[in-house]
Amino acid sequence: MTMTATTHRVREGKLARVAVGMARFTLTQPLGTLGLLFVLVMAAAALLADWAPYDPTAFDMSAMLAPPSREHWFGTDAFGRDIFTRVIYGARTALAIGFLSSLIGCTVGAILGVASAYFGGRIDLVIQRCVDILLSFPIIVLALVVVAMLGKRMVLGIDVNLVVAISLPIIPKVARVARAAALTIREMPYIDAARVAGFSHARIIFRHICPNIAAPYLIMFTAYIAQAILLEASLSFLGLGVTEPTPAWGLMLSGNAVEFYREAPWMILFPGLAITLAVFAFNLFGDSLRDWLDPKFKT
Amino acid sequence: MGRKLVWAGVLLALSMPGPAFADQPTKGGILSFAIGGEAPNYDCHANYSFSAIHWLAPHYSTLLKFDTSAYPSIVPDVAESYSVSDDQLTYTFKLRRNVQFHDGSPMTSADVKATYERISKPPKDVISLRSTLFEDVASIETPDPFTIVFKLSKRDASMLANFASPWNCIYSGDKLAKDANFPRTSIMGTGPFVFVEHAKGSHWVGKRFDRYFIEGKPYLDGFRAVLMSGPAMINALQGGQIVAEFRGFSPAEKSRLVDALGDKATVQESGWSCKLDILFNTAKKPFDDVRIRRALNIAIGRWDGARSLQRVAFVREVGGVIRPGYEFAAKKEELTKYPGYSEDIAAARSEAKRLLKEAGVENLKVTLLNRNLSMPYTPTGLFVIDQWRQVGVSVDHVQLETSPYQASLQSGNYDVGINAACDFMDEPNLQLLNYISKDLSSLNYGNYIDRTLDDLYEKQKRAANKAERYALVRQFEQRLFHEAYTAPLIWWHRIVVHHKQVRGWYITPSHYLGQDLASLWLAR
Amino acid sequence: MLSYVGYRLLLVVPTLVGVALLIFLMLRVLPGDVVEIKLRGDGGHVTQDVVERERHRLGLDKPMLTQLVNWMVGLARLDLGTSMWTGRPVAEEIGARLELSLQVAVMATLIAVLIAIPLGTLSALFKDSAVDYVVRIVTISGLALPSFWLGMLIILTLLYVFSWSPPITYTPFYQDPLANLAQLIWPALAVGYRYAAVVARMVRSSLIEVLREDYIRTARAKGIVPRLVVIRHALPNALLPAITVIGLEFAFLIGGLVVTEQVFNLNGIGKLFVQAVSRNDFTLIQGLVMLLAVIFVLVNLLVDLFYAVLDPRVRYR
Repeated sequence: MTMTATTHRVREGKLARVAVGMARFTLTQPLGTLGLLFVLVMAAAALLADWAPYDPTAFDMSAMLAPPSREHWFGTDAFGRDIFTRVIYGARTALAIGFLSSLIGCTVGAILGVASAYFGGRIDLVIQRCVDILLSFPIIVLALVVVAMLGKRMVLGIDVNLVVAISLPIIPKVARVARAAALTIREMPYIDAARVAGFSHARIIFRHICPNIAAPYLIMFTAYIAQAILLEASLSFLGLGVTEPTPAWGLMLSGNAVEFYREAPWMILFPGLAITLAVFAFNLFGDSLRDWLDPKFKT
Repeated sequence: MGRKLVWAGVLLALSMPGPAFADQPTKGGILSFAIGGEAPNYDCHANYSFSAIHWLAPHYSTLLKFDTSAYPSIVPDVAESYSVSDDQLTYTFKLRRNVQFHDGSPMTSADVKATYERISKPPKDVISLRSTLFEDVASIETPDPFTIVFKLSKRDASMLANFASPWNCIYSGDKLAKDANFPRTSIMGTGPFVFVEHAKGSHWVGKRFDRYFIEGKPYLDGFRAVLMSGPAMINALQGGQIVAEFRGFSPAEKSRLVDALGDKATVQESGWSCKLDILFNTAKKPFDDVRIRRALNIAIGRWDGARSLQRVAFVREVGGVIRPGYEFAAKKEELTKYPGYSEDIAAARSEAKRLLKEAGVENLKVTLLNRNLSMPYTPTGLFVIDQWRQVGVSVDHVQLETSPYQASLQSGNYDVGINAACDFMDEPNLQLLNYISKDLSSLNYGNYIDRTLDDLYEKQKRAANKAERYALVRQFEQRLFHEAYTAPLIWWHRIVVHHKQVRGWYITPSHYLGQDLASLWLAR
Repeated sequence: MLSYVGYRLLLVVPTLVGVALLIFLMLRVLPGDVVEIKLRGDGGHVTQDVVERERHRLGLDKPMLTQLVNWMVGLARLDLGTSMWTGRPVAEEIGARLELSLQVAVMATLIAVLIAIPLGTLSALFKDSAVDYVVRIVTISGLALPSFWLGMLIILTLLYVFSWSPPITYTPFYQDPLANLAQLIWPALAVGYRYAAVVARMVRSSLIEVLREDYIRTARAKGIVPRLVVIRHALPNALLPAITVIGLEFAFLIGGLVVTEQVFNLNGIGKLFVQAVSRNDFTLIQGLVMLLAVIFVLVNLLVDLFYAVLDPRVRYR
């Protein structure tokens, strides 16, 4: 009885703290708030894409290369597909792939980094070599080969292999940061105390170390969503990422879209702007989040 | 308004009769042009891609060649004259006496013989990709240094054209005797240009061969070919760093160039001996069911599709397996009787739905294998997806890089695919080869065996006259479409835009032909 | 110090061996091989026999282990093998393109440093002011603009506004500096912007940190004018982390120009890589990956050694 009451109170307290925290974030980080707003708008667009005015894949040869108008806000492409609709659906593709890749990359990276720092010795050496190996592969090269190697596997409209390819280069970078962060915590007296008290490794890692690296994790997670979106766009642009007819921003710029520069500049303008805005927003938000969470930056 | 005027100018230029272009050729100048790819080696016999022949053709000659200003007529090249016996089993060529290799040695019948033996019966370590075209050659004789006689064991209706193939570059017999693979790494021919330099991945330089066997040719002092494609190539053409590219342009590229260059541009257009086919992997369920293949074939509205697709992709004409406009192609009234070519698309779609229902696959889901090339694979693939969507078939579009794509076709690891059937000349032997049984053609990716088709193929190859061959080709098409092993899509349409100063180059339906640059000149 | 260098060099070996193993195995899982593209394609009718012979010639029919051992033995002797596509030595294929990519990377680095240090310093000095916000927006835009899109816009602007387009083939700088720069300055700008953004952000954050340290406060207390303080004391210290970033980005750039080289049609390492991947030219891909890995590892090592020289504590970590 008392237990539930306590948890209830704790939860209320947490809620209040979150609300206060958000309010403080808004006040101290106007740029970050702007970024967050962009992100939220994009997320809403992605979620509500099904209400977009047109079918993103349906041809309308009678409306090919139509300029922006009341019917087609961003104009249409070479197949008469509505660009506004495709940009909206593209947000779904970009966010899904960006979010998943960053989540996988950061989580795997963090686990490796923490394990490396906590266990040390031979495990540390082996993990660090693996991290070095992955790091020495140039990002886009790694993605190129993995995409070519794994082919395409669609799950719920998302190419999981592409997600893997994009998350791979994130892993070693996160692992390094997580290791460094965990190392400083490992030396703290209370970890020693916990170890002496005979707590299990899992308990020490999850109860004591993980909460302490939550801040860098969150910062990296946001930043890598931006990078993942950019990498997905680059791969799609090269024809190695998302394939037609799936609406994706990088893909909308690829091939000979650029040949329509004079006839239909909106074809390369809006998808490019969408990529830029999306990455911009995530970076802006991530930056402010870092300034806000990192004690070193507090004045 | 401005654009309309420019367009009118281009149309006017196009409709002008030949002589308007054919003013006196002037000598000199370096032609700067683009080529969209690079070949693995320099051997004509071992390559198949335009990205090999465009670099190599200026350096080599062939026995006969196509007259690009009057395609498909065939004219002698290093031959002076030729004759064909009445039974069409003996081909005799008289060679020019003044043909020299770039090293100064004279070319004789022995060189031609060595070349053709290398093509038809390659030594073990030599790759010859078109040996089958000459499998009926029983013997090659050289009664004197300037006469060569080919004796055939069986009549072949395509034989004369085979001798005009741009791939049969004539090599020096002496050098071949020393090293049968010398053409892989060095370039030494009798063509109008001498090889100067190849900067890998960048450019290729050739200079005029002063002792070329045609007096006064070539007109150019030399050429500089640059490896580039896509938007970068169009930018360079617009900026004037290059003055031509001879493979082909998309409609969007054309309109951008015409818009930017105005009356400085010349546009040449032609049907193109290439098309994309829908391939059904008949070894895989449910595509072993002819009803499903037929339904998917007739659900494609080719006539409407051609009208709209030609605005965004370099495709235009609706045709069967022979290029529309060529003498062996089906005429429109014959074509519209084939399944899938009806002009009543509504009726065709309800028939397709009925067939799918009958086959028990009303909600058919297919995976469409395609190459990830933006032109014309992607737009054509999107068109097919849109057409099938309208009869309730949903499609998962898989676009792969060339190598994994080719591997999927080869291993039969696909459902339905889009594949190019693109030949270096209009000849039924080449075009029909795509569709005969698996065991007879390495180009058959549909994994079927059909002896009726094989039999018709052989018969048309041996046909004594054109009328007989025409009828046999029609029978072949009827059989092919009835069984719906494949569904040809819209034929390509070749558009070449070059700067107006480039003269003496004529478009043909094949981008493999007419690239020796001997007659090309630059107007001042 | 020497033992530290030795230790670091020793660690390089397993990393490079790991990279070699990984790329080799990854490639052998790829569907298809170079022979398919070489001999079959638009209408290439070729018998299976010919295909098998070419596979044999390239050694693709040998057991995987034999191929791996052969390659590793070659690597140990600094022999990268021959390209399966052209049959020329891999080192030669790469050598012909390395100069261009290196030059773009160097130029981008110069551009980045020239822009980043003043911007980052300004931003840190006037933290949370309008100047800071503007700089932050400019730098974050640099991270956000896809370099291929920026490249496209640069080319189109040059073409349509100035009716001019850059030269299409590479001229070495020592032959004709003007022609060389006219071609390469644009891609260097397109990637340099992003690069500058990354460095400027690093300069800003490390400068903010340094400005808070005690000796700066002491210097201020001594009455030295603030601007001098920054330049004399804070900036050199704040630049240390920036040098790491510059080093890493530089190593990344050499191989990371893939998309930019595509847009600008540059015959460099990145384009070679895309070509090699699309042709399944295994030996060339392997050679390129090894080269990039070696560059990356060496740059990393140099940066670390540089640190160790400046900060003895590093050596004992």
